[in-house]
Amino acid sequence: MSAAAPVVELKQITKRFPGIVANDSISLTLEKGEIHALLGENGAGKSTLMNIVFGLYQPDEGSIEIGGKPVIIDSPNKAIELGIGMVHQHFKLVDPFTVTENIILGMEPKKGLKIDYKSAAEQVRKLSELYGLQVNPHARIHDISVGMQQRVEIMKTLYRGADILIFDEPTAVLTPQEINELMAIMKRLVAEGKSIILITHKLKEIMSISDRVTIIRRGKVIDTVKTSETNPNELAEKMVGRDVTFKVDKLDPHVGNTVLKLDGVNSKNKEGISVLNNLSFEVKSGEILGIAGVDGNGQSELIQAITGLRKIDSGSIIVEGKEIANLSPRKISEMNVSHIPEDRHKHGLVLDFTVSENMVLETYYKSPYNRNGFMNNEVIDKHAEELVQAFDVRTPSIHNTARSLSGGNQQKAIIAREIDKEPTLLIAAQPTRGLDVGAIEFVQKQLIAQRDQGKAVLLVSFELDEIMNVSDRIAVIYEGQIVGEVYPKDTNDQELGLMMAGGLKRGGKAGE
Amino acid sequence: MNKFKKIFATDSYIVPLVAILLGFLVGAIVMLIGGYDPIAAYGALFKRVFGSPYDFGEAIREMTPLMLTGLSVAFAFRSGLFNIGADGQVLIGMTAASLIGIKWAGLPLFLLVPLAVIGAGLCGGLWAGIAGYLKAKRGINEVITTIMLNWIALFLANYIVRTFLLIPGQNRSEDIPASISMTFLNSFFDNARLHWGTFIALAAAVFFYIYLWKTKQGFEMRAVGLNPHAAEYAGMNVGRNVMKSMFIAGVFAGLAGAGEVLGVFHYQAVFAGSPGYGFDGIAVALLGLTHPFGVILAAILYGMLTYGSAGMSFNADVPPELIRIVIGSIIFFIAAQGIVRWVLKPFYFKRKKEKVL
Repeated sequence: MSAAAPVVELKQITKRFPGIVANDSISLTLEKGEIHALLGENGAGKSTLMNIVFGLYQPDEGSIEIGGKPVIIDSPNKAIELGIGMVHQHFKLVDPFTVTENIILGMEPKKGLKIDYKSAAEQVRKLSELYGLQVNPHARIHDISVGMQQRVEIMKTLYRGADILIFDEPTAVLTPQEINELMAIMKRLVAEGKSIILITHKLKEIMSISDRVTIIRRGKVIDTVKTSETNPNELAEKMVGRDVTFKVDKLDPHVGNTVLKLDGVNSKNKEGISVLNNLSFEVKSGEILGIAGVDGNGQSELIQAITGLRKIDSGSIIVEGKEIANLSPRKISEMNVSHIPEDRHKHGLVLDFTVSENMVLETYYKSPYNRNGFMNNEVIDKHAEELVQAFDVRTPSIHNTARSLSGGNQQKAIIAREIDKEPTLLIAAQPTRGLDVGAIEFVQKQLIAQRDQGKAVLLVSFELDEIMNVSDRIAVIYEGQIVGEVYPKDTNDQELGLMMAGGLKRGGKAGE
Repeated sequence: MNKFKKIFATDSYIVPLVAILLGFLVGAIVMLIGGYDPIAAYGALFKRVFGSPYDFGEAIREMTPLMLTGLSVAFAFRSGLFNIGADGQVLIGMTAASLIGIKWAGLPLFLLVPLAVIGAGLCGGLWAGIAGYLKAKRGINEVITTIMLNWIALFLANYIVRTFLLIPGQNRSEDIPASISMTFLNSFFDNARLHWGTFIALAAAVFFYIYLWKTKQGFEMRAVGLNPHAAEYAGMNVGRNVMKSMFIAGVFAGLAGAGEVLGVFHYQAVFAGSPGYGFDGIAVALLGLTHPFGVILAAILYGMLTYGSAGMSFNADVPPELIRIVIGSIIFFIAAQGIVRWVLKPFYFKRKKEKVL
């Protein structure tokens, strides 16, 4: 690192919100050409800090220096002017617009009164080549993959001349392959002289790409370390404030009767393409069946079929001896099937409902919550209060909206609700997606606790580690079909990976 | 006292109030530019509303249908639907009330009047339900269908009046014997056309509030409105809620129609064009932030301004159309809340500092 002034220097930044200190005297330096990771649990204050750097919030105390000069960043426009660009976790793109239109939005090159699309597209293409982004400037946003959309976000910042890029949880929405590509792009960016702040709670990514790590816990800087001088265990411990075991402790399963049985299930999507293809498997009580697979191989459709959100064309789905195929979601839910949905914002919660209301989202019509057609708010609130306590959902009050909770606490609320239904079958779709280490541990423990109580658990996850650690048995899904069943102890990442890619079938059912 | 302070510290109350003030301000500026005296104009406006018992009564008459159509639009909005069809639903309600009131005139009044009112609400509801059904079962956007239904309602209403109810040689129906006028108030309000519809509207607002926030069905409806995906996941029948919500919205509008023919005119005219109750209802619903009590307040304001605007032209020689600028600006400032917040910013900062100390 050169003796030149750091690109960004935050000095003793403090930001208070009613009731909490989000950032408590945080200092941080970003050197030119480095990737500086900001690590912390959900709600630790990472996003607040970056929103201060990007001009969305004003610090209550402290100062910011850019290239050695003190600055006041009072709006995102000012931040952009100073060469700061932010790649948001939730993309801010206009779907029906093309890539080029999105990139130039607000800074359109003009030819007379008209927008000069030709030179704009040319500029976009040049940027794309320089940084190895490979984006088609004429494609429309709704036609391109999530990974590509993220590249458009990156290009937006580059087009505005950003030298300092802030990535807010960039990998949360990406597939493993897209993550690798993003890593390559980030390396390319720093090679071209950019500096990057990477907000994340994924230790793997930090270890593989960052130069230094600053760990934040409850609004305070715990430490800043060189990545080469640390290890994931140390980082996790600093982040959470206690020892974190990556190994999941669990007893041997006591497997009982078959709870869920799928037999030859077929389903086509709107375009008539087969998404579930003669799919069969069983889940027994007291076991966790992990469905491993690459995203888009029928996992979402499988869960929709079991929970009644999708019609199947043929085959049978049996829960505790009863056929449930093509029943309504409510009927299936009433057969003690709980579902932790993949997309907690879209399906799991009504974000503008209070925590309390969300806790009875599926049971509101039953006594004692419903009394002669009226909502029994006293009971509903008491119920919510109990769940919030039991599952450690951190919210100022049960009357706050679900939207105001952090991602981890939203997920905890859903899990609380679903487990409270005392299901015989618990379906968990990507239950730890986007959560930090501490919350992941919590969620996985809950799943195992349910299994130990004799419930059947169906776990769908794209995280191979999770599948390997949590499941008692693994079924691999590929192109809407189960291509093999194995026990975790009899297999390894390579073999599973091969099966997930369709390169290997392991015949029959595990154990047969 | 603390609670009182808290109520007025929330944006939801302050923003509309400031938006109203800004709206009046914009109106005043336009008047100044046009060479009119805004103080005289606004003075005349309020004098017209509060100046005499008759005018005050008539202003209430003006507000009543706005309350109901405002509630209609707001109710649909709460379950994620945009009801542009309140106008047609009012017309259908009117026609049903007239038809029942005239054709079943042999019935005793204590039966006939409620029948006509209920019939109006029911028919308005079913009319809106058509749009609800098309949305739920066929996925057709309710904005399109309700607009189309407005025209169908207009010509259907005119056809029925012309064919079954017409006084020969005139462009209106026979007189309707059923009445919901509050004739016992005539001496107080100098024969202003007050009617029970006002209380129906207030009751509708109370029903709106209790139904949506206190009942099981309201819980479902709000969930569907805020996030239909989560509602479906949670086992709610989204389509049925869409139909139910449109039906109830239509009932509100239909009742407005009943009030107009049974309480105000006592006959039904053949309309040359859309009477416009429903469109004012959209403005009222927005102004009231789609909250039932907000809608009532908004209808009161809207009705006052509309009724009072006639006074502006009589007493201050200001064209009554100017009041549309005021109303338009108020809605603009409510929709563009950012501007209002920006105006309020200095005050907010002051308050925050006090809090810290």
